[in-house]
Amino acid sequence: MAGPLLQVRGVTKRFRGFTAVDSISFELPRGVICGLIGPNGAGKTTLFNTMAGLMKPDSGEVLLEEVQIHTRPPHRIFAEGLARTFQIPRPFPEMSVLENVMLVPNRQSGERFWNNWLRPGTVAREEREARRRAEDIIEFCGLTQVGRDQSGTLSGGQLKLLELARVLMADPKIILLDEPAAGVNPTLMLTLVDKIKELNARGYTFLIIEHNMDVVMSVCDPILVMAQGRLLYSGDPAGARRDPAVLDAYLGDLP
Amino acid sequence: MIGVVSYLVFFLILSLTFGVAVLGLNLQWGFTGLFNAGVAGFIAIGAYTMAILTGPSRDAVFGGFELPFVVGLAGAMIASGIGALFVGLATLKLRHEYLAVATFGIAVTIQLVCLNWEYLTGGTLGLIGIPNPTKAWAEGPLIQNSLYLAIVAIVVGLTIAALELIVKSPWGRMLKAIREDEVAAASLGKSPERVRLEAFVLGCMIMGLSGALYVSFIGYVSPWDFLPILTFQIWTMLIVGGSANNRGALLGALIVWGVWTMSGFVLSRVVPSEIQARGGAMQAVLIGLILVVTLLIRPRGLIGEELQVSRHARS
Repeated sequence: MAGPLLQVRGVTKRFRGFTAVDSISFELPRGVICGLIGPNGAGKTTLFNTMAGLMKPDSGEVLLEEVQIHTRPPHRIFAEGLARTFQIPRPFPEMSVLENVMLVPNRQSGERFWNNWLRPGTVAREEREARRRAEDIIEFCGLTQVGRDQSGTLSGGQLKLLELARVLMADPKIILLDEPAAGVNPTLMLTLVDKIKELNARGYTFLIIEHNMDVVMSVCDPILVMAQGRLLYSGDPAGARRDPAVLDAYLGDLP
Repeated sequence: MIGVVSYLVFFLILSLTFGVAVLGLNLQWGFTGLFNAGVAGFIAIGAYTMAILTGPSRDAVFGGFELPFVVGLAGAMIASGIGALFVGLATLKLRHEYLAVATFGIAVTIQLVCLNWEYLTGGTLGLIGIPNPTKAWAEGPLIQNSLYLAIVAIVVGLTIAALELIVKSPWGRMLKAIREDEVAAASLGKSPERVRLEAFVLGCMIMGLSGALYVSFIGYVSPWDFLPILTFQIWTMLIVGGSANNRGALLGALIVWGVWTMSGFVLSRVVPSEIQARGGAMQAVLIGLILVVTLLIRPRGLIGEELQVSRHARS
């Protein structure tokens, strides 16, 4: 399909007097890994929340494949193909890793309770299929060893991978990752970077909030820089290093 | 000996009848995390519907359609379900204790309606002469009660089978996900509103079924059967037996009803007759004590939840 995958047009979100996201506009083509960076409190997560439907923007609009999505509830936005992970992982702690992942696919027959009475064969067949796919994705994310464990017992890094595994299960059009590398040990972080690159090569589009500049500079292009709710820069990573506004707001503080 | 057996049959009928209501609450609280504090109200709707549909016709009171027992059961479930649909649409945006307060108020309102809408409910006197189908099948109370116990056991069996099919399924997985983290579930494409409403309505239908079984056995229905203490008893049964486990729910019903009736028996022997009425309060205290002790030493109840939700995800 022609045209950008994602369009964000003049999105503004205020909390009482405070403007957390201030008329942000950008477009993402299919197949990119876009980095969203900025100092703490720049409004990155709030922007994610408005895109994913957790909050409604006060003005502006979000379009996925030229369809307005910002007016819909979160579960509908997810069904449209925009998936997000959380900065602090939100597993279903008393469910196994496998079922955390098997939960995800949309329109499972067995999600209509009556189908479990009336069409048990169909439900069982879909569940076998879902389980096979879930096990593949769990393996891809390196979680096979803990697949049967209660997800509440996983380490922080494993939970990040579980968040990724869950959204992959839905085969979304765009994946929003909120600080995937934060609090993850260096080895696991390299794994995560590799996974993201590999998924991108398979055609997945990413928008990633990340503070780790090594991660950003090695995988992201283009990048967006936010500060105090505004978009300071959008373009290639090299350009961001030379942009005076960006240097002043953010990169300048880094060694 | 006959006395013991017939008492045991009587006891099992009542505790399994309550057990059905506990199964309904288990779907709401155990599996979905809905704090329904209005259990008695939905049991009452089922009970009165049964009485109106199957009871004898009488002057100045609506109903008395003398319909078959099975029609009464189905009607009771449908009536409680419709009631729950309205209540659910109005209140399910509320969380936890707010939902509890709202449903508690609704149950009290339902009880007051039963008490005062004489044309529909017979008012304070209630409705009498509700037929027990086993009376037509056999002679003698023991055989009749044994037959009724069989009916109740079949209803319990069917209810558990139906519930197990839906809670150990992708639908049950959604219930659990929404219970554990609603925001995450919504972000993964699940509609908390839809799923909560479904669990609430289905649970209340099962409570209505329980009420219908109760009146058909007792033979009359009175507004005094649906005071908040009933909600409290059903809740204790669920907590003691174990939330999110249907076998636990049934076990809790047997244990708590056992304690309730035995303590009533002991109190009636021990406590002097002039303060008998206050002895009844001791029963409520005892149930409260069991509830607190369970929460302290075994907060997940006697039989807890299983890790795997969907039966299709077992190894």
